[in-house]
Amino acid sequence: MTTAEPPRANAPSIAERAYRIRRHAVRMGEVQGQGYIAQALDIADVLATAYFHAMNYRPEDPAWEGRDRFLLSNGHYAIALYAALIEAGVIPEAEIETYGFDDSRLPMSGMAQYTPGMEMSGGSLGLGLSIAVGMALGLKRKQSSARVFVLFSDGELDEGSKWEAMMSAAHYRLDNIVAIVDVNNQQADGASSEVMAFEPLSDKVRAFGWHVQRIDGNDVDAVVAAFDAARDDAEPRPKMIIADTLMGKGVPFLEAREKNHFIRVEADEWRLALQALDAGRPA
Amino acid sequence: MTSNSNVPAAKPRLTTSAMIASIAAEGQRTRLAPFGHALVEVAKKRPDIIGMTADLGKYTDLHIFKAAFPDRTYQMGMAEQLLFGAASGLAAEGFTPFATTYAVFASRRAYDFIHQTIAEENRNVKIACALPGLTSGYGPSHQATEDLALFRAMPNMTVIDPCDAHEIEQVVPAMAAHNGPVYMRLLRGQVPLVLDEYGYQFELGKAKTVRDGRDVLIISTGLMTMRALEAAKLLANDRVDAAVLHVPTIKPLDTETILREAGKGGRLVVVAENHTVVGGLGEAVASVLLQAGVHPKYRHIGLPDEFLHAGALPTLHDRYGISATAVSSRIKAWL
Repeated sequence: MTTAEPPRANAPSIAERAYRIRRHAVRMGEVQGQGYIAQALDIADVLATAYFHAMNYRPEDPAWEGRDRFLLSNGHYAIALYAALIEAGVIPEAEIETYGFDDSRLPMSGMAQYTPGMEMSGGSLGLGLSIAVGMALGLKRKQSSARVFVLFSDGELDEGSKWEAMMSAAHYRLDNIVAIVDVNNQQADGASSEVMAFEPLSDKVRAFGWHVQRIDGNDVDAVVAAFDAARDDAEPRPKMIIADTLMGKGVPFLEAREKNHFIRVEADEWRLALQALDAGRPA
Repeated sequence: MTSNSNVPAAKPRLTTSAMIASIAAEGQRTRLAPFGHALVEVAKKRPDIIGMTADLGKYTDLHIFKAAFPDRTYQMGMAEQLLFGAASGLAAEGFTPFATTYAVFASRRAYDFIHQTIAEENRNVKIACALPGLTSGYGPSHQATEDLALFRAMPNMTVIDPCDAHEIEQVVPAMAAHNGPVYMRLLRGQVPLVLDEYGYQFELGKAKTVRDGRDVLIISTGLMTMRALEAAKLLANDRVDAAVLHVPTIKPLDTETILREAGKGGRLVVVAENHTVVGGLGEAVASVLLQAGVHPKYRHIGLPDEFLHAGALPTLHDRYGISATAVSSRIKAWL
């Protein structure tokens, strides 16, 4: 068992990128013996599509003015975004070994000051969409064609600030915002829909004046089509992609594990998880 | 029931001060909306400056800026968390937002947003907040008696409590020139004009002696400096010679000047602030003096650690000991 995935000759597909992102995340989890790995596995297809289909950026220059911004509102998903940034070439793969250790650029919760490509300090949930509104206003002022992608979790919909920001994004016709909600229906105290009913989410957000799509967030073709449709919508309105995802996706024994906000993985299971990912690697 | 014996018939009854009442005494020289006009002047040379508010443009003098630069002003609605989150986003894109609301809403409702999206990321956002301390007769909902304590405790945040219109006009360009987040207590509307007569000039991070004196050193901030100067005149009638050291920058604190002045010896040292006695300038100065081994006779004038009453501002300022007469009589008692 090596840490590197077996080499392939062809240009990697988005599904292959998602597989590698999952692999990077599991390796980080193994290094630290913990991490929000179930969330990383569920959002990998969305991140792969964002970084290898939808977004413009320069891996060697993460602060490039023309880049599309990616805001991680749910800072505990940092392990997932680090994995995507590693796959994108923004962070060297060798830094996987530093994950969560003292003085690492990859702390357990995402912070702007620590990590190249991390545009905000998340962790206190509910911040991201408000920042996105300001960035989107700023980009329009600069007549930039860059867009603001912002990822947040279904649990964050409990925060009133999300709805303040949704209202204002529509008010200011911020068609340069693409918000992605990860609906894995799990938050700290239980199923998100039971902690605080948020459905019918599409209808609610559409009523706020947004372009809304609801998709299977683990179907790469559907995710690609959703990012394309968000790009192509000509109406001057913000875009939201509601992605239903499966926690632990790609590792069957984690998919089947009792759902929890923070899923425990035993020391010997990280290797098993890598093997499961390799077994399910896209053809 | 024909009368209410609790209401004294002879005493004039003051009405509750309007929400946006001026703190100017009758006949006092004032200047209108110094913050708004100063911001317009700075913004003429600084296209990066943006105005933002949460449904309180008219009540924070930002309407002056909006009239001059309508396309550089954002109304964020009555949503303070959004206001500061979006201000962070604009700052991330290279703009310099001046975001205004009432001090109670910035310090209490939006504290985490300011902490996480502005201070923690060291974004160049300027926060200007009206109704600081006890400058509203509407009760605790509008009386920001603890804002200095809260923002002092926030890393990266510069905290300024200006005294009057003359100072606000100088604070605004200094805030704009400073690279980093700033919280400013805002006096709006008809703002008293006092410090111009003393030849005073604001410098960020500097405490300045506005008036010298042998018997008492009043270390004051914000509008308490004008109260201290009035109190010093009253004390002079009783042959008490009071110095006034004005400390507009609460953080970073000018410890060097404070230690030099308080260490001169022989003077009662009184800190005066329009803020709860918990966590503001008084405790900051006491800490500085103790740690440096400077031990003058020390007293503290501030608002009590309680929810304050509604009513007329002159009544409340007397009741809670921050009017000029209350300051001077308390100092006389301590001498």
